[in-house]
Amino acid sequence: MPIVTYVLRDGSTRILEVANGSSVMEGAVGNNVPGIDADCGGSASCGTCHVYVDESCRGLFDAPLPEESDLLQCSDAMQSNSRLSCQLFLSDECTEVRVVIPGMG
Amino acid sequence: MTAPKVVIVGAGHAGTTLAGLLRQWRHSGEIVLISRERGLPYQRPPLSKKLTQPDFELPLRPAQFFDEQDISLHTGQDVLSIDRVRRVVRMSGLREIDYDILVLATGARARRLTIPGGDLDGVHRLRTLSEAQNLQRQLRESGSLAIVGGGFIGLEAAAAVRAGGAQVTVIEREERLLARVASEPLAAGLASYHERLGTTLITRAGVAAITERDGRATGVQLNDGRVVACDLVLAGVGAVPRDEIAVEAGLHCEDGIVVDDSAQTSDPSILAIGDVTRRPLPTVSGTRRLESIPSAIEQARQACAVILGNEPPVPEVPWFWSDQHELKLKIAGLVDPAGTPIVRRHASQESFSVLHHDGTSLTAVESVNAPAEFAAARKLIATRLPVDPAQLANPDVPLHPAEPK
Ligand SMILES: Cc1cc2nc3c(=O)[nH]c(=O)nc-3n(C[C@H](O)[C@H](O)[C@H](O)COP(=O)(O)OP(=O)(O)OC[C@H]3O[C@@H](n4cnc5c(N)ncnc54)[C@H](O)[C@@H]3O)c2cc1C
Ligand code: FES
Repeated sequence: MPIVTYVLRDGSTRILEVANGSSVMEGAVGNNVPGIDADCGGSASCGTCHVYVDESCRGLFDAPLPEESDLLQCSDAMQSNSRLSCQLFLSDECTEVRVVIPGMG
Repeated sequence: MTAPKVVIVGAGHAGTTLAGLLRQWRHSGEIVLISRERGLPYQRPPLSKKLTQPDFELPLRPAQFFDEQDISLHTGQDVLSIDRVRRVVRMSGLREIDYDILVLATGARARRLTIPGGDLDGVHRLRTLSEAQNLQRQLRESGSLAIVGGGFIGLEAAAAVRAGGAQVTVIEREERLLARVASEPLAAGLASYHERLGTTLITRAGVAAITERDGRATGVQLNDGRVVACDLVLAGVGAVPRDEIAVEAGLHCEDGIVVDDSAQTSDPSILAIGDVTRRPLPTVSGTRRLESIPSAIEQARQACAVILGNEPPVPEVPWFWSDQHELKLKIAGLVDPAGTPIVRRHASQESFSVLHHDGTSLTAVESVNAPAEFAAARKLIATRLPVDPAQLANPDVPLHPAEPK
């Protein structure tokens, strides 16, 4: 099963097994990980599931669709490794995914 | 002092979010979440957007969530009344549950058509999963749908059903779509999109009755005598707050439970969040019913902060989204439907934004397939920075330095 490490705003981490085929967002919401609100339920509309993806595992995910990039561009917390976690789908290769939840929305 | 026992009535988006947030913030007291609906709490937005697709049932949280988070979820149970003196809620079968803090998150119900034939077989509403499942089942065996009401839910359903090939007619009483909630340019853009999809739009048309044969709906009769023949009717005529138990308990209600900016009702032990509330907003006077998920979540955060004695959350600019087939609409701020907004068009006719300006700064934005522009405008609305209206119509001048070209 894919394993995801979530680095929370307070610097602590949650390490969770998340089902194959689920998104990094679903793993967080299903386990009540703070900081990923996912208002729109994963339809790349809200931007409230923003994370930074650790360099080590960026290649495991498909490149963002234009919708996602557009939404991220305007976030104050945007970095080059910003992604919407609802668009990061986990596969068996994802044994060591690490994402950081931005400090402010 | 032991942590308070929080009882939440209604396991919709607002109630379920609050239950989760309280545990995120390490609330150690008991949490009871009571819902009239059976089954796991679920997302409403896909019910209209994916009306014709098999995967429109989307739980808000997985089944094991509630046990893992020590939230006692009671589904299929109706709270019938509140005893504010003894601090208990009464349920059917004379059961009572006591509370220290009660949170009313009872949402709203879809308004019924109150015209002759309004309750015939084949006349539907769309608010709950079971209503959506019913409609979906009957849509499989029918070729045409008439939707009464050109609001967001009606238009989303229209787009989904039309994309599936059925004949769709939208009947709107006002002279245009979304007359009370959106600007004229936005409504015009949506109307032409739906017409291109092949949907028939009839405006300025009051409905007089639903026609029938053998107890089943066969059409919608308009005030001018015309009849729109159809196999099914969907009433998309708005939602009514479920504030009955609050009214009966003597809480201050005015078409919704009146709350302040920390979700407090007129009883200090009772909070209310989500679609059932009438809430104040930072930039306007009076109170509004917002009926959106972002507002439900914001109020859940307010309630969580009050219950735990934390700092209140930073107020948000109200916003909302609506997906209509391939069109992604987003609105932020409060739109004055009668105002004269500025339209910013892009090369593709399916991408534009409507900007509302009060002479100094932006007050609202309605954007279609323009997420970056939307995000930039939303930021300008929140900061209230002065914006030169003369530049707004030009899509080559970015709204915000961060907006990509
Ligand atoms: C088809 C559809 C599409 C939508 N699309 C969008 C969208 O794209 N974006 C957006 O922002 N918003 C959308 N909305 C609005 C959004 O779903 C609501 O704002 C949100 O669901 C409000 O959540 P709530 O918890 O306040 O109320 P609800 O979701 O209505 O939940 C209230 C729950 O309380 C239960 N309840 C009521 N009274 C009692 C009682 N006495 N005892 C026990 N239980 C009770 C109800 O049965 C219900 O389950 C849509 C709504 C619908 C219907
Ligand atoms: S959940 Fe809304 S954008 Fe990811």
